[in-house]
Amino acid sequence: MTSTRPPSAPERTPSGSVPADALHAGSSDPRTLIMNNLRQSGIFVALVVIVAFFAALTDGVSLSPGNITNIVLQYSYILVLAIGMVIVIIGGHIDLSVGSVVALTGAVSAVLVIQQDQPWWIGVLAALAVGLAVGAWHGFWVAYAGIPAFIVTLAGMLLFRGLTLRVLDNISLSPFPAEYQRIANGFLNGLIGGEGYDAFTLLIGAVAVAAYAVTGFRIRVARIRYRQPVESFPLFVARVALVGAVVMYFAWQLAHARGLPIVLIILAVLVLGYGLLTRRTVFGRQVYAIGGNLPAAMLSGVKVRVVNFWVFVNMGFLAAVAGVIYSSRSNGAQPAAGNMFELDAIAAAFIGGAAVTGGVGTVVGAMVGGLIMAVMSNGMQLMGVDQSVQSVVKGLVLLVAVAFDVYNKRRAGANR
Amino acid sequence: MADNILEMRSITKTFPGVAALSDVSLAVARGQIHAICGENGAGKSTLMKVLSGVYPAGSYGGEIVFDGEPVHFRGIRDSEARGVVIIHQELALVPQLSIAENIFLGNERRGAGGLIDWNRTNAEAATLLESVGLRENPVTPIVQLGVGKQQLVEIAKALSKRVRLLILDEPTAALNDVDSAHLLELLRRLREQGITCILISHKLNEITAIADSITVLRDGRTVERLDTGSGEVTQERIIRGMVGRDLDSFYPSRLPSPGEEVLRIEDWTVRHPNRDRTVVDRASLHVRAGEVVGIAGLMGAGRTELAMSVFGRSYGRDITGRLYLRGREIRARTVAEAISHGIAYATEDRKRFGLNLIDDVRRNISAAGLRKLARLGWVHGNEEIKVAEASRRDLDIRAPSVMAVVGKLSGGNQQKVVLSKWLFTDPDVLILDEPTRGIDVGAKYEIYTIVNRLVAEGKAIVLISSELPELLGMCDRIYTLSGGRITGELPVGEATQEKLMALMAKDRETAR
Repeated sequence: MTSTRPPSAPERTPSGSVPADALHAGSSDPRTLIMNNLRQSGIFVALVVIVAFFAALTDGVSLSPGNITNIVLQYSYILVLAIGMVIVIIGGHIDLSVGSVVALTGAVSAVLVIQQDQPWWIGVLAALAVGLAVGAWHGFWVAYAGIPAFIVTLAGMLLFRGLTLRVLDNISLSPFPAEYQRIANGFLNGLIGGEGYDAFTLLIGAVAVAAYAVTGFRIRVARIRYRQPVESFPLFVARVALVGAVVMYFAWQLAHARGLPIVLIILAVLVLGYGLLTRRTVFGRQVYAIGGNLPAAMLSGVKVRVVNFWVFVNMGFLAAVAGVIYSSRSNGAQPAAGNMFELDAIAAAFIGGAAVTGGVGTVVGAMVGGLIMAVMSNGMQLMGVDQSVQSVVKGLVLLVAVAFDVYNKRRAGANR
Repeated sequence: MADNILEMRSITKTFPGVAALSDVSLAVARGQIHAICGENGAGKSTLMKVLSGVYPAGSYGGEIVFDGEPVHFRGIRDSEARGVVIIHQELALVPQLSIAENIFLGNERRGAGGLIDWNRTNAEAATLLESVGLRENPVTPIVQLGVGKQQLVEIAKALSKRVRLLILDEPTAALNDVDSAHLLELLRRLREQGITCILISHKLNEITAIADSITVLRDGRTVERLDTGSGEVTQERIIRGMVGRDLDSFYPSRLPSPGEEVLRIEDWTVRHPNRDRTVVDRASLHVRAGEVVGIAGLMGAGRTELAMSVFGRSYGRDITGRLYLRGREIRARTVAEAISHGIAYATEDRKRFGLNLIDDVRRNISAAGLRKLARLGWVHGNEEIKVAEASRRDLDIRAPSVMAVVGKLSGGNQQKVVLSKWLFTDPDVLILDEPTRGIDVGAKYEIYTIVNRLVAEGKAIVLISSELPELLGMCDRIYTLSGGRITGELPVGEATQEKLMALMAKDRETAR
């Protein structure tokens, strides 16, 4: 039987002059471009405004090399959690247990490494294994038993907090050996020298910018070959230059502090990997399909249970990664570790444009959402704002961000 | 000038970038049934939203005169206070609440101390149910009623508000012929009681049968007003006004050329997922390549249940029976297995079960066949766009681009996206469940043309429809289903609406 539309080669064989086309083709009407990316660009603009706001209020201290390094070290584990959380939320679920899981995985690692003198990597592997097991537990109840994730992970929040207390015997453990501490507090620097700055950090920054430019150009060429709209070439160059400038500024500041934080590398790998996973893989697309319309996904042949199960296993894994980073950062394990982390991660995902009803959200958005929270907390701390005020401000920002999103959607929907 | 209960003059309503209504006028005479016709997107629903205050006064231009005085409704409550009640296509009943609770929702019958007076509530509900001819206990939860009966509850609810102008938006779209006839009879009775009615419907046979006058809209403008009293208003006449041209025929012609048998279902039995009831009872049927086989049945006959249970057991439990694909027995225990065997099922409820409305055309089209676009789990994004573009061209999906959000397309175009999705899986058997429900005449014709093209390519098509003329016009062979049993099989040459109706109503009680 013949297919009505065989998914074979492009209708028009690509001509040899495609890269040349890449220099000229495209639209640069800023209005269409901005309207197309309103949700995403809105959040970037918000981040820039908030960064500028606190830079002004703190006389530039918030943008000093030392402080930028601090923000990365202090909030990396929230960002790691937010990656997993946004995927859970896209699938139409929620995970309230991640704070407890951070505590439990850190505790297991601490017991092995501090109490039982195991090597640091045994602690890391054990923590990851516990995280995967926790994820599988949640996944089983959500996907196969059909219990709403809110209930399952609410139970998990209590359950794993209790297990943490049991594992730690109600006491804190510290300190970790130096190798373990390096995970969250270590830097890669001095590898290729530099006078008063770290050349290696700058090199990595340059490599990242180059990779961004090359990938961007290749995507552009491919899109033109498939006759899809692209931005005009000058606009493309401007975009790459802007991103490059921001990244190099960031690298420059890091290079003048203590070099490239190891957690930043971990985070970058995760963001890149999960960004691709959500956008480019069958699995990622099925998560969106399930969150967008569950029965329709089911009737399209999506194995809903399998996908949901792995979404939670993955959340457990990332909670364990965050647990390792947090225990390393705090140089020990405490019974109350990770308290309320789930709320920060959930807030990051929603500020980053995820929808409460599922089916909408991006990893990059969640990262920007997390950074907005991070820059705000950090800025307010630098200014010596009272803890109570900080909490009020963060709460209001979450509310306003989601309200803005809902308002935008309603306005778009009114066209129907 | 006749005694008009409602006059809408020069109504203009614009949304950012588009004029949904421009200078539309509507005059409805007291005590008449007035039909509004137009293709999807012609502005019918927008006009009714203006009338009922969903779009508040001030957000549109023009003037509304109700019962001789200008009105400015700021919301549904305003319009309902004057006795203008709208019943939407998607019924707005709360499934878990009882009939009586739904009827008086927001309008509760209270007794001493503001508490709900249940005796009065249920007694008044019983009276209202009687007046709409629905024999059900008022305390029955809505979930236990079929769509037809739910529609009657909606009308009872409207009557409870002392309705003077009742607006029905596609009331029979989800109903089978018997329930539809019942509903139309009720509308006639209401007319005798002096209730004026505005009827929006795509079913032109109903309109010509019941309406006293007709306003035709096209592209947000009033095209013409027809009075059926003269007897010269035919369906063809209305269609000409709606589409601005003549349609040669409702159903495009096709030369039947059935080939070998593709799918055979034997002794298929399905139980209701959570009630003790057999919904499909030892059904057997087959379909050949290049053949359109129809399934006719009343609401609740088990048509959708049969189709979905065959499609990877997506409905029901304790499913027994055998499936043969080209003579070989197959198992299709999951939807994914069914798809890989070349079976596709396009659902009757595209919004709830067929589409991810918040996502774009492209990803909806690729949803069921995504693995064909992927290598080692990685989706080839550009190839996907190309596939979507090809579908958009082939099926003439009218969307600004394949990146357009599906929820914003018209019903007909959404249905084409659903079809595209299944065609991309390259099925041998395509089960179409009510493929033209709620879409306009022009789009229906296009869907029929697509079906004919697929048949010509050798696909086997199973067509489930509540509209008998559609089955008679499109199928080569028609099975009738009643109470979960196959009660007849007729070649289209021998089938008539009367014969089909008799078979569809046969043996209904004993089969339960």
